[in-house]
Amino acid sequence: MEAKKTMHAPKLHRFRASSVPRTRFATTEHPAVRWLLTGITVTFLTVFLLFPLFTVFHEAFSRGMEMYLASFDDRFIRHSIKLTLMTAAIAVPLNLIFGIAAAWAVTKFDFRGKSLLVTVIDLPFSVSPVIAGFVFILIFGAHGYLGPWVEKAGIQIVFAFPGIVLATTFGTVPFIARELIPLMEAQGRDEEYAAMTLGASGWRTFFKVTLPNVKWGLFYGVILCNARAMGEFGGVEVVSGSISGRTNTMTLQIQQLYFDYATVPAFAVASVLAFLALVTLILKNALEWWSHR
Amino acid sequence: MSIQAIQIQKTFGSYRALDDVSLEVPDGKLVSLLGPSGSGKTTLLRILAGLEFPDSVETSRVLFHGKDVTATPAGKRGVGFVFQHYALFKHMTVASNIAFGLQSLPRRERPSRDQIKARVAELLGLVQLDGLAKRYPSELSGGQRQRVALARALAMRPKVLLLDEPFGALDAKVRKDLRRWLRTFQEEIKVTTVFVTHDQEEALELADEVVIMNNAKIEQVGGPQTVYDRPVSPFVIEFLGNVNRFVAGVGSSRSPDRPRDVLYVRPHDVELEPEESETHDYALKAKVQHIFSAGNYGRVTLERLGTHEPFEAEVARERLRELDLRPGKVVSVVFRHVRLFPKGQFLEADIKDGKLEAVAG
Ligand SMILES: Nc1ncnc2c1ncn2[C@@H]1O[C@H](COP(=O)(O)OP(=O)(O)OP(=O)(O)O)[C@@H](O)[C@H]1O
Ligand SMILES: [Mg+2]
Repeated sequence: MEAKKTMHAPKLHRFRASSVPRTRFATTEHPAVRWLLTGITVTFLTVFLLFPLFTVFHEAFSRGMEMYLASFDDRFIRHSIKLTLMTAAIAVPLNLIFGIAAAWAVTKFDFRGKSLLVTVIDLPFSVSPVIAGFVFILIFGAHGYLGPWVEKAGIQIVFAFPGIVLATTFGTVPFIARELIPLMEAQGRDEEYAAMTLGASGWRTFFKVTLPNVKWGLFYGVILCNARAMGEFGGVEVVSGSISGRTNTMTLQIQQLYFDYATVPAFAVASVLAFLALVTLILKNALEWWSHR
Repeated sequence: MSIQAIQIQKTFGSYRALDDVSLEVPDGKLVSLLGPSGSGKTTLLRILAGLEFPDSVETSRVLFHGKDVTATPAGKRGVGFVFQHYALFKHMTVASNIAFGLQSLPRRERPSRDQIKARVAELLGLVQLDGLAKRYPSELSGGQRQRVALARALAMRPKVLLLDEPFGALDAKVRKDLRRWLRTFQEEIKVTTVFVTHDQEEALELADEVVIMNNAKIEQVGGPQTVYDRPVSPFVIEFLGNVNRFVAGVGSSRSPDRPRDVLYVRPHDVELEPEESETHDYALKAKVQHIFSAGNYGRVTLERLGTHEPFEAEVARERLRELDLRPGKVVSVVFRHVRLFPKGQFLEADIKDGKLEAVAG
């Protein structure tokens, strides 16, 4: 749905600008109100978004480029980056598969409990990540329900990499599914039915008909999911135990460095995440532009 | 390939969409499903296609050429289906759309690349779209899209062609052209065809047989002439073509066989006479409201004196001139042919010498 809005907005805008004097179409509010609203928005964005972003880079480079680069020589920092990348590399594909399966089920089939499923998908948005982290400890921890079983199998989940992946995956469940469901809903089922009458198998229908129709939305969902996976903090902090060089992801490492008064390295790592966020934004806009061209 | 649907029952939740519907389509014939919105036409068509299934595959059955296909999925029935909104694959060219079915065949049965290409070209010629192979659906007009959808459905040489309001989204002129084209085309390739429409003119002009549906049931099945001339129920007569409806009864109180039920008269069965002319029991008086003449016939709208029932008459142009009709003028009205449905029966009557005379049949 969101993608749709952005598609129409520029067209409408062009139409307005060319056909009728703009003021006629703008809201009927007093100009002062307009200025006030714009002012509030700009101030808010500056204080809460632009200024912090600037600070991150400013602090990271405060001792010069050399110090900035030297931060990445640190073994623990390197490990944290590696851990974050590995986590995302598992959590994102997991959610990709889940998101597609859920969206397909919800939009192409009718079954009981469908709306409940859609609500459950949103759960990670409404549950605090910290709580989610604790839940995993309750399940897999030494005294958890499955703890003894897991121990017997020789797998360590809590305070280890699997736990980090679990918490991250949980937090990012909604992104891809939420992106796909409205899109696939809007597409309807007729093209799939057409493929069926032409004798195509379910796989062929999915890969040749459904997937190409939602590919931009899917990319968009993956990018957002990835950004969120790398930025995950609360849940991961609880399940990982924050062991530097072992279970510290980038976000956890940043916190630890900062507490240790290692300001430049802390902001240097933060700048990598901030940079990733910027790339995500640019990619997102590029995708929108491409897909609606 | 002949189609038989036997006692089809279909419910959505508690809503009954098809109630014990049986239908037979002879091999090579073109049959139209006609009915108001929500009457179950699409549902029946989709059950024939295998895109939807009856509530029970034991009591409801679909036979193709005598073979039970009730539980066979769409892809294995050998049907071509054309959707109301085309359902073309948006991201594929016209050629890829048409080739999709052939390319979905298992490798052993799949024709070679060149054979597929040749078949696509042949189909494009058939639907008169040569040269548009490389276009995308978004670059085509509605009529062109519809023909691509048809070509795609025909690519697998289906034994049965099913069309759901194929011309519903097109303007009147394109509709008419495509309709004629489909008729000649169907006669040429002799594929058993069922198409859904809610346009009665389309159904009557195109079909060998018309199936009129209402409220999850079939009201009547018959040739276009039959359903128009011999409707079996008030619903059918009202649904097909223009008809005048008189509730108040016709004729003077002296008449012993005065009908009390609703009486239906087609506009072309209404005859107008000068007011003062000698009339009989079934005549009535009416005031001219409006005259519109185009072509050989004029359409006159009138209002019956006394009851104010509005009705329409179709009068030859010359007759219009003879009568010197003008809005406001009062005329005598005589019905040549009426239909009534006393106590659920159907009675068709000619009026001769002032007497209601039932037509046998
Ligand atoms: N998948 C479905 N779920 C629930 N109800 C349905 C479904 N499909 C059809 N119906 C209902 O069944 C009834 C018949 O629908 P159908 O689509 O067959 O009508 P139709 O005759 O094709 O009408 P139209 O001319 O508007 O296309 C309608 O009342 C519709 O709401
Ligand atoms: Mg329909």
